[in-house]
This record gives sequence, structure tokens and C-alpha cells, in this order.
Amino acid sequence: MRRLRSLLIPGVDKRLLVKDAAKLLPDPARRRFIAGGASLGALTLLTGCDVSDSFSAEKLLVQISKFNDKVQAAIFNPNTLAPTYTEADITRPFPFNGYYSEDEAPDLDGEDYTFEVRGLVDNKKSWTLDELYKLPEVTQITRHVCVEGWSAIGSWSGTPLRDFLKLVGADTRAKYCWFQCADVDGYNSPLDMATALHPQTQMTFKFDGEILPRKYGYPMKIRVPTKLGFKNPKYVVSMEVTNDYKGGYWEDQGYNSFSGI
Amino acid sequence: MTSISANDDRTVSPPVGIIQPAWVRVVHWINAVAMIVMIMSGWQIYNASPLFDFTFSRSITLGGWLAGALLWHFAAMWLLVVNGLVYLVLGLATGRFRRKLWPITPSGVAADAKAALTGKLSHDDLSRYNQVQKLLYAAIILVGIVVVLSGLSIWKPVQFQWLTAVFGGYDFARYVHFTCMALIVAFLVVHVALALLVPKSLRAMVAGR
Repeated sequence: MRRLRSLLIPGVDKRLLVKDAAKLLPDPARRRFIAGGASLGALTLLTGCDVSDSFSAEKLLVQISKFNDKVQAAIFNPNTLAPTYTEADITRPFPFNGYYSEDEAPDLDGEDYTFEVRGLVDNKKSWTLDELYKLPEVTQITRHVCVEGWSAIGSWSGTPLRDFLKLVGADTRAKYCWFQCADVDGYNSPLDMATALHPQTQMTFKFDGEILPRKYGYPMKIRVPTKLGFKNPKYVVSMEVTNDYKGGYWEDQGYNSFSGI
Repeated sequence: MTSISANDDRTVSPPVGIIQPAWVRVVHWINAVAMIVMIMSGWQIYNASPLFDFTFSRSITLGGWLAGALLWHFAAMWLLVVNGLVYLVLGLATGRFRRKLWPITPSGVAADAKAALTGKLSHDDLSRYNQVQKLLYAAIILVGIVVVLSGLSIWKPVQFQWLTAVFGGYDFARYVHFTCMALIVAFLVVHVALALLVPKSLRAMVAGR
């Protein structure tokens, strides 16, 4: 995945490039894990159609998904808060979920860790964990809803992202906060600015009152209770404030990009 | 005397002309396509996090994997909802619901159910539904409304949290949504079987008469 992405050259049609690369992969299931248009080749696993048969259907579905992004952005009310719960409602144990197993999860060293802030911000300084831990802390008990359908209630503590954006002088008229993560495939995900500024969107450092354990994204997770779980990146190492849509790990594979709940 | 009364019967039975108006046929078949896409993609979505101790065979699901199935589901939902609204508005505005589905009485349903099970139900006049048909068609319209609303409550449990609460919260709403699907599939099995048993009803839904 990382190798494929580094192959992408400006000016070269990403879709075609990835499509060519996909041909080298014999197992159709593996195509699911490729960025860009060709990943939707997985769609063609639908009953008996081959790639050429359903290619226009794929394009249409992707267009409708983009339309659904706009519909959801319109439905999103910045003042609507996600329901909050009590300590007793917390799901224990809270499920671990990732495209990797628990023992393959990134294992970051808090001493060396820095959170890099890039793009349309006044102060591009990198933040150490000690500095981040000094930010004001709020705790929220909310429901995490996975794109797979299951849900679980957890308690997350950290600082509201909107306060941090103000602190670093981010241009909040920009379209996205784009997050990058430390896992082996370079997980990333764009967050629309309206959601980034939602009062419950949080830079999270603790789960259930304890320093965020490795399995839940140590040292930092972005907790977004108004989005599906895959839009809540773990092991976050940098944020870019940008007007460009830069795609995301699951978004590029066909999951709806807005994925608001 | 008997032959005369039989003749009398014939003069009041089948009205010549259209049994199913064009708008009914159009929305019916659009709904058929939308429902099948919703059900098959829904089964694939279900498989990602099953509610019960079974999954649906990949041979009968749509989308190949979760992301593909979600794309189909959230595309076909527009077709289902827009077409469903057209059906509801026209059904009310033209008086079709009142004419075709009203009244439904428990005694009438019992009598027609008995007649159906003993093979004595008449299919001479397809423009008139028997009491069992009236009940099932009215019920499936309600189930259709609930499947859409429960789906909406799962899709937007924060933005439409009042609706999610109506369905007993996010996790329970998934069961409501699944149950509606199961009722629709059960209806579909009976509906298709009966349409094949009485082919002229199928012809009426295609050609109108």
C-alpha cells in the first residue's frame, strides 16, 4: 500500500495506474486493499459480472456516494450533540478493531512522539506528548458506531479539536483537517471542517480514565462521535489543514467519505 | 333458473378495461427492482456484523464486500424512497388506497382466508382484492414505511436521534430493520408464488389488463 502510494506521480492518472497495478494481483480479494478507483473492482465480485460488465455501474455508484456526501453535509447540524451516556453504560471490554490484529497494532514511543501540524495554520510547530497532555481536558461518554453495524459505548478524554485549531491559528474556512497515522499502511482520513469544529470532536489521550492504551490508538486518537468509527483515526501523528480532498485509507476503497451518523 | 343467475353474475363481474393503471405498474416494477437491490445488498451489510447465528451466502448478496454493498444500499435507497413517496401520494390522491384496501374487517379476513385455504376463492375480478389481499397489501405498505424509517434511524443515530429513540435506540433499531426485511421477504415469497399461480394477475401488472 505504502509502496503503491509512493509510486503515484503527479500528472499520472492515479486510477489507471492503480488499475494496472491491480492486474498484477491474482486474488480478487486483494484488490479491495488498493487505493483509488480500481479498488472498487471488489464490487465486481457481485454475482457473475466481470470488471467490464459492471464498470459503468461502479462509476454511477461512486457518483451517488459523492452526492450522498453532500446530502449528509446538509443534514449535519453543528449544534446537534451526540447522546452521552453514564459510566455504567460503557461497553466492557471495549472492542478492538483494525485492519491489523491487536499485536500488530502500532507501538509508538511516547518519548519520541511528536504531533506535526501542517497546512493552513499560523503556528506549524510540532507538539510533544507532554505539551499535548497539558491542554485542557474534557471527558465524554458516547457511542462508537462501526461501519460494520456494531456499536459500543466508551469514555474518551482529551481536548476539543476546535480549541486546538484556534490555538494553532488554523484557517477554519478551509475544507478539511486531514489526519495521518503511524500504522504500517499509513492510515489517513479527511475530516470536513464543520465536523472538526463540532464541540464533541476531540483530540483524545485517555480511554476510560486511563492513558489511551496501544490497542485504542496510543498516544492520540481523534474521537468524532458524529462519524462512523473508521473516521476516528488512531495513532495520529500529523494533521494538515487543507482545501484539497486528499482521500483516506478506507474512503479510497469505496467507503462513503462523509460517513456522518 | 340456475343458468339465468349464472348469466346475471357474468354481467356484473369483470369490468372491461384496465385492471392496473399505468402509474401503478410503473411504481410496482421500480419498487421491485429497488427492493431486491436493497435486500441483497442489505444481506451483505448484515454479514459484516451478524445479528444472529447465521450469515447470508455470498451467492445471494450484492456488492461483493461491505463497501460495495453500502454503495448499492445507499444508492438504491433513493430509488426506493422517491418511488415509495410517489406511490403513497398517488395512492392517497387517486383514492386507490381507499377503494382497493378499504374496508378490512376481521370476519371478512377470516372468511376469505378460509375460502383461500379450501380452494374456493374467486379470481374472476382481479380489480377487486379479497380481504386477505387487502390486509397483506395494507400491512406491507406499513412495513415498507417502517423499514425506511428504521433504516434512517440506523444511518443517522446522532442527527435523527429522536427517530432512533422511537425504534428503541441504535442497537434495537437494527433488529427492527432486520425484522422488516424478513417480513418483506416473506411477503415476496407468497406474493410471487400467488402471481405465478394466477398468471393473469401477473399479466395485469405488466400489460394493465
